Amino acid sequence: MKTLGFHRIVASLALAFSLVIGTPAAMAQANLDQSDLAGPVPQETPAFALESVDPAEAADVADPEAVAAGSDSYTPMAPTEGKGMPVAKGWDIQPQYSEDGEFAYGLHIGLIWVMALICAFVLALMLYVMFRFRKSANPVPSKTSHNTLVEVIWTVVPALILLGIAIPSITLIARQYETPPKDAITIKAIGYQWYWGYAYPDNGDFEIISNMLDEDEAAARGEPHQLAVDNRMVVPVGVPIRLQVTAADVIHSFAVPSLWFKMDGVPGRLNERIFQVDEPGVYYGQCSELCGARHGYMPIAVEALPMDQYNAWVLAQGGTIAGADEAGVEADPAMVPVQDPESSVPGAAGAGAPPVENPTT
Amino acid sequence: MATTADSFQAHTDDHAHDDHADHKPGFFARWFMSTNHKDIGTLYLIFAIFAGIIGGAISGIMRAELAEPGIQYLQFWAEFMGGTPDFDTSLHMWNVFITAHGLIMVFFMVMPAMIGGFGNWFVPLMIGAPDMAFPRMNNISFWLTVAGFVSLLFSLFVPGGTGPGAGVGWTVYAPLSTTGSSGPAVDFAIFSLHLAGAGSILGATNFITTIFNMRAPGMTLHKMPLFVWSVLVTAFLLLLALPVLAAAITMLLTDRNFGTTFFDPSGGGDPILYQHLFWFFGHPEVYIMILPGFGMISQIVATFSRKPVFGYLGMAYAMVAIGVVGFIVWAHHMYTVGLDVNTKMYFTAATMVIAVPTGVKIFSWIATMWGGSIEFKSPMVWALGFIFLFTVGGVTGVYLANGGVDDVVHDTYFVVAHFHYVLSMGAVFSMFAGFYYWFPKMCGKMHSELLSHIHFWLFFIGVNVIFFPQHFLGWQGMPRRYPDYADAYAYWNEISSIGYHIMAFSMVFFFINVFYTLFAGKKVGANYWGEGATTLEWSLSSPPPFHQFSELPVIEDHHDYHDHIGDAKPAH
Repeated sequence: MKTLGFHRIVASLALAFSLVIGTPAAMAQANLDQSDLAGPVPQETPAFALESVDPAEAADVADPEAVAAGSDSYTPMAPTEGKGMPVAKGWDIQPQYSEDGEFAYGLHIGLIWVMALICAFVLALMLYVMFRFRKSANPVPSKTSHNTLVEVIWTVVPALILLGIAIPSITLIARQYETPPKDAITIKAIGYQWYWGYAYPDNGDFEIISNMLDEDEAAARGEPHQLAVDNRMVVPVGVPIRLQVTAADVIHSFAVPSLWFKMDGVPGRLNERIFQVDEPGVYYGQCSELCGARHGYMPIAVEALPMDQYNAWVLAQGGTIAGADEAGVEADPAMVPVQDPESSVPGAAGAGAPPVENPTT
Repeated sequence: MATTADSFQAHTDDHAHDDHADHKPGFFARWFMSTNHKDIGTLYLIFAIFAGIIGGAISGIMRAELAEPGIQYLQFWAEFMGGTPDFDTSLHMWNVFITAHGLIMVFFMVMPAMIGGFGNWFVPLMIGAPDMAFPRMNNISFWLTVAGFVSLLFSLFVPGGTGPGAGVGWTVYAPLSTTGSSGPAVDFAIFSLHLAGAGSILGATNFITTIFNMRAPGMTLHKMPLFVWSVLVTAFLLLLALPVLAAAITMLLTDRNFGTTFFDPSGGGDPILYQHLFWFFGHPEVYIMILPGFGMISQIVATFSRKPVFGYLGMAYAMVAIGVVGFIVWAHHMYTVGLDVNTKMYFTAATMVIAVPTGVKIFSWIATMWGGSIEFKSPMVWALGFIFLFTVGGVTGVYLANGGVDDVVHDTYFVVAHFHYVLSMGAVFSMFAGFYYWFPKMCGKMHSELLSHIHFWLFFIGVNVIFFPQHFLGWQGMPRRYPDYADAYAYWNEISSIGYHIMAFSMVFFFINVFYTLFAGKKVGANYWGEGATTLEWSLSSPPPFHQFSELPVIEDHHDYHDHIGDAKPAH
């Protein structure tokens, strides 16, 4: 594990510093069907109130009644206070619930120390100089204006600090760009003005339309307002997911802080990233690219469920379970959607294999 | 290297008795058809203060709205601006405010003050030139900027899609700015950028020509004051970056009005192309806003330490390095758009490189003070505030440079905090430092040191209370450009809004000070800061004669950039 980690670091650095020309993108950025480029769903909001888009109008959605009523096999999970959401007076990154998020959080803490030490060092130098060389203490100024040694030191030392940051930083990017395994479930998040749609192409290609709940409704459901939605994006827990993000009208951004995930949905592009949630739970996020008037009113709620409950939810939406009925049974290759290898480096870790474990653990 | 007051003859006295040199045209000709670099500099400064009041008032509206969760005032503003007070129009007003605040502060406050104001006033004085190379073009630059501002203000009152005004952010991203915003408001905003950009390009060519051709005999490039170096590098950044912006926003205009699809995927275009073009301009732009500040801080720190700048060549070429590297890091503003993994790694590495020359500058300022004889006059306390707060903004920049880390804070309040630490504290602190340093030189009267110090302390506390908690909001996940938020974000938002009141209150002292100086300030001599102030502007009277250096000063070989030149005596 150690040597593999080191190898990947070296490879990453080599990639970073040599501008490789013509390598295929790690992410597929394909043109979309004309149908995906259709304009926003027209809607009227005469009153000063949020009005949800009727899911049936919005896109090809499964029977909305099934969601609204809550079928026997699926009840929306109650969120856990402080998990997957901001907390009052909180001042740090939200606790992380994905492997990459935990790795990145470690880097974040390291960077805080570097930032704090540099600021403290500069402040200490300034306070010393201001005290020691104030006019009354040092009436005759020196005329020193050069010192080659000290100039070399304050050029080289920061460069070394930056190199020390760059190594884990480049490693983090490499991890985030690992290609999901071929049999990973694909989920597609589509940004609309101003709501999200979640399509499940591997599960019968139904689409869930997700609108923000107004304040009273959120309170009634025991969820934080501005974050709670009517229909969540449900994902299986503990397995890598191929998350694709796009948008139908203007640029939106799919962001979930507690999963260290943010990816813009750009009309005409299909951005793709590996997405994995470690624990069952509800994880909130918000649209993070200015998309017009109600930019602040199209939150994201991800609900991670164990695979069997996920499957039950899929069936409740009128979707299908690809290939196999039982967990653990290899899916019928014919039923698995055909995906081209998407790693920029053929045979790189992650291409067609589950992501390697966190090298720091 | 000795102080050479006798070996160099400045011509202050000649000017003072030369009626022709001080002959001023009538009011209209002087201020509306000006070809005098000092008058145009004054016009730029007045314009920047005026724009800053409007841009600052808009940030007050925003901090009031964000003081607590919910929508408090936006309906009122929607009606005020001529819209209907419904939900979407109210929210649209929010986007109009963030757009106007950003555009005004960048294009009509910081740039005019730094380059148009201080640059116009002091570059010719510092290099011993009688005026700018192209005085009439200088006038056009200013009035184009004013026209741009008028166009931007006009855009606020015409339809922009969901309500009046352009609500697209200062970045004007397509397709929100093309298919996403009907009505003429965005066209007017784009036209505003065209006008201001054209003015800046003309100004940049003027500065480059002036600095390359009109330096006093003997003033080699390596003897130029660092402020002149900073304006020279800035002018090159403007000249190379602004045409790219002009192209990008022209493509927006044709996409909007003439059926082209540069940024529209349904016609084979790509919205990301716009972002590449915008940020190819946009990243050098942030250095355009801070580099003249670097120059001013260097002059001020040396003056009040009574010591030459430490590592002059390192300081000058650090700015050149920042300018050059600033052109190859633009996509760090686009980490989440779906960049290729290698691209993202490259931009992470390249962006971090900028920290090295920036660190050289910070440490050189401290080394300039080391061994000095420091006087804590008003320009110096602002400069000291600048050095520390810019360091804070700089290290959060290194944090954001990491593409993988950026994923969680991209487009959150952490970014807002970062760029306000480098601009609202970096650029603005350097402008106030420069203002208190040179205002007596410009008007001939001394400001109140007491009021300046009160202004500094209140402003220092205010901006830190506003912006430091925004780091926490960003880490907690609060996205930027949001008019409303979850209850969990209420605490730090309230504190941030309290900070705004402190900052606004501090500005009262600034304006009182300005009026006090103009109407009751004590007259000052040529060099009122004493022996630490060594550049050529201190050899001229305060205010300088209407036309200076009709006989050019000569910088002799044994002069160095930090030698005390001129025969001026300290005023006190």
